[in-house]
Amino acid sequence: MLTKRIIPCLDVKDNRVVKGIKFLNLRDAGDPVELGARYSEEGADELVFLDITATIHFRKTIVELVEKVAENVFIPFTVGGGVQTVEQMDELLRSGADKVSVNTAAVQNPRLITEAAQRFGNQCVVLAIDARRSKTKPGKWQVCVKAGSEPTDLDVIQWAVEAEKLGAGEILLTSMDTDGTKTGYDNELNKAVTDAVNIPVIASGGAGKLEHLYDAIVEGGADAVLMASITHFGNYSVKQIKQYLASRGIAVNL
Amino acid sequence: MIVVIDYNVGNVRSVCNAFRHIGCDVKLSCDASEIEGAAGIVLPGVAAFGYAIGELRALTQLIKDAALAGKPLLGICVGYQMLFDQSSEYGLHKGLGLICGSVVPIPAGQTVPHMGWNQVKMPADMDLFTGLGKERHFYFAHSYYADVTDRQAKIAYTDYGFALAASVQKANIHGVQFHPEKSGKTGLKVLANFAGICEKWKTPK
Repeated sequence: MLTKRIIPCLDVKDNRVVKGIKFLNLRDAGDPVELGARYSEEGADELVFLDITATIHFRKTIVELVEKVAENVFIPFTVGGGVQTVEQMDELLRSGADKVSVNTAAVQNPRLITEAAQRFGNQCVVLAIDARRSKTKPGKWQVCVKAGSEPTDLDVIQWAVEAEKLGAGEILLTSMDTDGTKTGYDNELNKAVTDAVNIPVIASGGAGKLEHLYDAIVEGGADAVLMASITHFGNYSVKQIKQYLASRGIAVNL
Repeated sequence: MIVVIDYNVGNVRSVCNAFRHIGCDVKLSCDASEIEGAAGIVLPGVAAFGYAIGELRALTQLIKDAALAGKPLLGICVGYQMLFDQSSEYGLHKGLGLICGSVVPIPAGQTVPHMGWNQVKMPADMDLFTGLGKERHFYFAHSYYADVTDRQAKIAYTDYGFALAASVQKANIHGVQFHPEKSGKTGLKVLANFAGICEKWKTPK
């Protein structure tokens, strides 16, 4: 049986790992190469690197970083931030990334998902969705682009379903309402998306306590949980997280 | 020297990084004389099958000849799938035909891609798994799998709602559907075992 994945997320800005609250008030959390190696060694199931400086333009610096990270990371890692073309995805994959996440560019040009899936296989293509609760439509979430700065008219559930049809292999679902708040994931959102699609969904945004991770898996139906603050700042080790989940009956790779 | 075949598909670098990390002499190459002189060949692969086999075309015969001459060969993910007769990923494509079987979609009802860490039951007589015990988790990321029909192949399975072939061995030809270079310490041990197989083959008997 497939285990639930524990995925530390490294938001990278100017070659440093940072962590904010609701995408703002960034705080330094260390060196991406060192942190990546530490998590690989500690038994994390996967890593995500998001270049949050590059949401509008793809930058070469992320390629250099990926090369350095790949030398010491022997678990899968996803890279994203400003990726707009299949060529850029190819460059990242060649540099050592295992998957590439797309967000803004896929909203602007959904065909990008299909082109990438046909070239690299759909397991390489992660669609990142930054979701915000709609103020006008209760029970709905809207897709935000450009690092969450720009709301669109796109409905999160509809977009997730469409992305699966287009060839996305996985959805990285971040709640902008809970991100960095440590109050728990938005499990209504997670449940709505996991019920609607058949591809794996990574729940992101809001982990503060161990039971939040359990809830995202059990209530939210998530295949994987992403976290930043609770592991970067040493509150919990990856092993503690896995031991806790295992003790509550969740299949993990301990 | 182990040669990792460089044929214009994504993420071949990770395989080299992993071999280097465990102290192996490894080179990324598409040069015929280097492949011929290698102690072992690794055929990696992150790509759709049709694209990968198309890019590999010029080297196909060389790899087949080396494998049939007894040189250790390790196929990883799509590189593993290419060892079989054919694949139906985005159209029907012919594989290397070194192991009997077809690459087909994971049946409906399972989440596709099969992505994440799954437990592999390892037969004691498969050389890649020496020293690893009976069961370990490995990282998988794929939407197609090999339906193995080769009676000479030893097979290690993982459970994904059905028995999915996670690894095969037919004499000197080894293949893994999972990514050993991305399966942490357990995966590095598999690569070290392959390096050991190459070392043994190279040493005059």
